[in-house]
Amino acid sequence: MFYSLVLLPMVGALLAWFIPSNRHRPLVLPVFAVLHLTLVADALISTPLPSPDGWINLDPIGKLFLGTITILFAVCAFYAIGYLAYRQERSNRVLCMGLLVCLSAMTLVTVSHHLGLLWVALETTTLAMAPLIYFNRNARSIEATWKYMLICSVGIALALLGLFFLAYSTIVARQEATLLLEPLIASADRLSPAWLNAAFVFLLVGFGTKMGLAPLHTWKPDAYGEAPGLVGALLAGGLVNCAFLAIIRIYQICMRANDTIFYHNAMIVMGLVSMAFAAVFVVRQADFKRMLAYSSVEHVGILAIALGIGGDALFGALFHVINNGLTKGVLFLSSGNIHRAYGSKNCELVKGALQRVPWSAGLFLAGFIAITGSPPFSPFLSEFSIISSIFGQGKMLIGTLFLLFLAIIFFGMASSVLPVVMGKTSPAVVKSNYRDRLLTVAPPLFLMGIILMLGLWLPAPLKELLQQSAQLLEVRR
Amino acid sequence: MTEFADQLLVLVMLINFLVLGSSRMAIAIRAVAVQGVVLGVLPAIIHTFSWHLIAIIVGMILAKGLFIPWLLFGAMNKVQIKREVEPYIGYVSTLIIVAITTALAFVFAAKLPLAQEHQGLLFVPASIATIITGFLTLTTRRKAISQVIGYLILENGIFIFGLLLTSAMPVMVEAGALLDLLVGIFVMGIVINHISNEFSTIDTSRLTALKE
Repeated sequence: MFYSLVLLPMVGALLAWFIPSNRHRPLVLPVFAVLHLTLVADALISTPLPSPDGWINLDPIGKLFLGTITILFAVCAFYAIGYLAYRQERSNRVLCMGLLVCLSAMTLVTVSHHLGLLWVALETTTLAMAPLIYFNRNARSIEATWKYMLICSVGIALALLGLFFLAYSTIVARQEATLLLEPLIASADRLSPAWLNAAFVFLLVGFGTKMGLAPLHTWKPDAYGEAPGLVGALLAGGLVNCAFLAIIRIYQICMRANDTIFYHNAMIVMGLVSMAFAAVFVVRQADFKRMLAYSSVEHVGILAIALGIGGDALFGALFHVINNGLTKGVLFLSSGNIHRAYGSKNCELVKGALQRVPWSAGLFLAGFIAITGSPPFSPFLSEFSIISSIFGQGKMLIGTLFLLFLAIIFFGMASSVLPVVMGKTSPAVVKSNYRDRLLTVAPPLFLMGIILMLGLWLPAPLKELLQQSAQLLEVRR
Repeated sequence: MTEFADQLLVLVMLINFLVLGSSRMAIAIRAVAVQGVVLGVLPAIIHTFSWHLIAIIVGMILAKGLFIPWLLFGAMNKVQIKREVEPYIGYVSTLIIVAITTALAFVFAAKLPLAQEHQGLLFVPASIATIITGFLTLTTRRKAISQVIGYLILENGIFIFGLLLTSAMPVMVEAGALLDLLVGIFVMGIVINHISNEFSTIDTSRLTALKE
């Protein structure tokens, strides 16, 4: 079961390599995405048994992340056909392969309960995405790729050091040395506290780099800005979630330690710094894709704060993982369409998109309303539950700052998004051959539908899954 | 046997100085290759024999001693850059910094709550000193190839610490980590070639189009 989940996309990648026709190759993506989706749906319902050595296991948290990733990927795969039809001048072999390898690695991240294996899979996602950021083959995208490669590689190397520290804390404590999740959780209160703290710091910095927590986010605006829309969607909705899952695994261990105040405070501070950075840079951002990158920095900050707060906020955090991932999908795919239609992503040039590409512009606007936490969309619910538990715990200062940053970011994004969508098209902008088509509009529209549905009605199985996951994170003594 | 291991670790630390002190990239690449091979030999001295161990050692030596240097020399010849010019911090200053931090690494390691059997060994100070050297190379050098070398030294430093954990890191994970490192360097090599095509230089300080 697990093997087929991980190996299936690899088969697809191999197939994509052998298909000679540039026009037919992208069809591999939706075929394997749908196959993967069905396998995942089966796994979610039947819950396959963990592997005997305990390395591979699909727990409720893993299910949540795996489900989000496979839905997002399937949507991006259908979008890819429509998008690549416009980019026939470029070979899409590497793009198709990279996407499928990345899907395989992301799947492995969600099911691995051995932290070393999880690290290897996470590093593979970084590597598989690098050539995709460089899809446009120009000076700006090579610069973005270089920064992404170097900063993320160094970050993930530091995470490896953190894992070594974690393993060493078991040796110092005279426990059996291991990097398996369950034994570590069971023996967390006996681990050497000094080494566990050191491990936490390095893992938070390392995985935080990959997740894009400020001030380690410097690669993010460049990579998100220069990558094609669908790659941006998978970076912001897939890779970010994988890195967050890695942090959740560490959190699971650290929360069982004797003294957890340090871990809580570290996550809250990192989260607030991220939101502050996002609030400063999102205002007057001249490039709407870079603006989305800062929105992503904001939302990883929200996730970190929610973990730091703990308690009821954990439900909100896990729900927000789904909401943020899917809404980022809408935003990046629709902004990619607008970028195509104008040949530019500069807010000075792109104005009045509602007239030129009404569907994409409408989706972009709806995505903006959703991501800034307005009802009736689901990010409102998850953000609201996080905020209410912050105030419920009496942390007034954190809550006030949180709301302040949310408000600044709302107005900052609105001042860029509204002219892009509503403004008046300037006659100087050249016409392009891009028009809204079914395959470039329907996928983000579908995602938007899910977000709206989750905002109005949370299906019972999903709610149960979220509660089970939150229970796994809660501290039981 | 630990004495011999300590001598090898001293060699590793001396190589740190060699890399930071030389402006010629060919020397730096060779030095890092030697460092990688020395580190590849180390597990053979401190661990008990097994076929898995042999596989990892052979893989390490082939990857770090042959394949990665070959990739880097290829990139260097392609972009026709033999020297690092004007690092952000000069050679003498970085050498002084690394000398001080190496000394501090020994002081710091002595204060760490290490397990009984690891006290007094050179692994931890050598690891800290090498990691800091990697960071210094990454941050003070302008050329893309030098930054890759810095990343390699950083990885080597982390690997030294990993040697203390015999049972926690299974072979499969180590092999995966090594493979990821290889592919990472490979991708970086390709990116360097493209940088030189686009910018006619691999001076990363010229990569400034993307700014706020």
